[in-house]
Amino acid sequence: MTEKNKIDTGFSSDVRKDPRRVVFVTRKTSAKVTGDPGPQVMAYPHLMLREAIAFQVLMIALVAVALLWDAPLEQLANPLLTPNPAKAPWYFLGLQELLHYFPPFVAGIVIPTLVVVALVVIPYFNVNVQGEPLWYANRPRRLRIFLALLTVLTISLAYFDAWTVLVPTVVVGAMALYAYTLKPGATTPLGPLQRRPISWWVMTWFILVAVVLTGVGTFFRGPGWAWVWPWGSHAG
Amino acid sequence: MTESRHESLHEAMERIRGTRVWKSIFRREPARTNRTRSLAIFGNLLFHFLPVKVREKSLRVRVSYYLGSISFLLFIVLTVTGILLMFYYHPAVPQAYRDMKDLRFVVTSGLFLRNLHRIAAHLMVIAVFWHMFHVFYRGGYKPPHEFNWVVGVILLMLTLFLSYTGYLLPWDQLSYWAVTVGSNIIKAMPFFGDKIRFLVLGGNTVGENALLRFYVLHVVVLPLIAGVFIAIHFWRVQKDGGLTVPEEPASVEPSLSGKPDSEK
Ligand code: HEM
Repeated sequence: MTEKNKIDTGFSSDVRKDPRRVVFVTRKTSAKVTGDPGPQVMAYPHLMLREAIAFQVLMIALVAVALLWDAPLEQLANPLLTPNPAKAPWYFLGLQELLHYFPPFVAGIVIPTLVVVALVVIPYFNVNVQGEPLWYANRPRRLRIFLALLTVLTISLAYFDAWTVLVPTVVVGAMALYAYTLKPGATTPLGPLQRRPISWWVMTWFILVAVVLTGVGTFFRGPGWAWVWPWGSHAG
Repeated sequence: MTESRHESLHEAMERIRGTRVWKSIFRREPARTNRTRSLAIFGNLLFHFLPVKVREKSLRVRVSYYLGSISFLLFIVLTVTGILLMFYYHPAVPQAYRDMKDLRFVVTSGLFLRNLHRIAAHLMVIAVFWHMFHVFYRGGYKPPHEFNWVVGVILLMLTLFLSYTGYLLPWDQLSYWAVTVGSNIIKAMPFFGDKIRFLVLGGNTVGENALLRFYVLHVVVLPLIAGVFIAIHFWRVQKDGGLTVPEEPASVEPSLSGKPDSEK
């Protein structure tokens, strides 16, 4: 017999005494084994070669840009001289644009927290794994809910004068309504819209709003966060 | 002539690959058989978390645009150029700014180095966002990939924090005020907003303590954490059974659980 363990954890390692479940057969199969995986190839060299090509293309592009464009360097930091406007790095300018419309607690804390939480729960919240189109079943009821939501959203955004959020929201809303009118199997360029599930619409709305906010914050905001045209002179 | 040169180069490579030294380094024979090609992946510390075999479909450019790989390659470029930049940089006021001037006017190719680091940083933010959206649209977050999506969200935050902490380091007007604007947002947090901001900046305003803290976060803490999560992320891509490849448009009609109105 083996010597008794000096530090006893209370867990037995004897498989005969402590039978453990080895396999657990569920009724459902996981997504990774459904469907035909198709032919497979060796990662070395097939994947490695492609990664190497990606790396080379990337390096060439990086070097080319680094030769043509120079990293900015302004005057030494001066806490007494606030530039107008003072802008955050570009990927936070969407948030800064929101701060222009909403109170700091909402734009700076609540909205970013909600976005991160929403991103994290996406895979666990997915009630519609098959990707059923938005306008597939229950059309009249879904249309009513959709119109109600869109109206509430539009009115509240207008109330805050948040035009740069309102415009992309209305655009995506109009696209979804257009998808509602499409005949099944329509082959127009926008035809595939009728197959999009609700998650697609929400994400597309989010991306469009984020891109518009970031773009506006980067190029169209001047002193006092007033609207400027990027090609106009705003040397004020 | 090139033909024979090519031949002999090829032969020389083959001879080198057959030597004991080569084998002792790579722990395998030349990768001519599928067995040694498998060993090339899982017998190598750097590659062993990659899959040995991949589905042919998942190699197609349109499946991923290689955006995840590109994000990772940018991370490597940033690490290399970042370490080189560290040789010339002091996280002190106002020496940090003078170092930027030196990089531009004194150090050989210093500006080029800084340009590379900066472009790669901007591109990495874009690539990671794009990768995330692309994974979303191809349904790459669905079971069993759920947790890897969450790891991805952590990587997204780390990428943004890395970029943001690096933004302060040149200590010019641009970086100073960008970080001031950003850190003011923390103040809007109820109850401990001011405390957290004090902790992040090491003071009530952006000053030399903030510069030092951002520097340490930027060059040590965040890259290490990001490296660990990237490793977990890659390993999970393999364990979850490879990339999600959406089906061909012909069969894209969803297998519907709900019924169309006409059948009601
Ligand atoms: C530093 C940042 C990141 C790196 C280096 C990275 C790298 C990769 C790589 C190399 C792959 C496999 C190939 C590919 O799709 O290109 C992958 C897949 C994946 N990534 Fe990322 N990624 C990063 C950030 C993210 C983010 C922000 C998300 C989402 C929130 C994410 C979610 C996923 C998921 C779910 C997969 C599996 C996709 C599938 O099954 O089709 N990753 N990642």
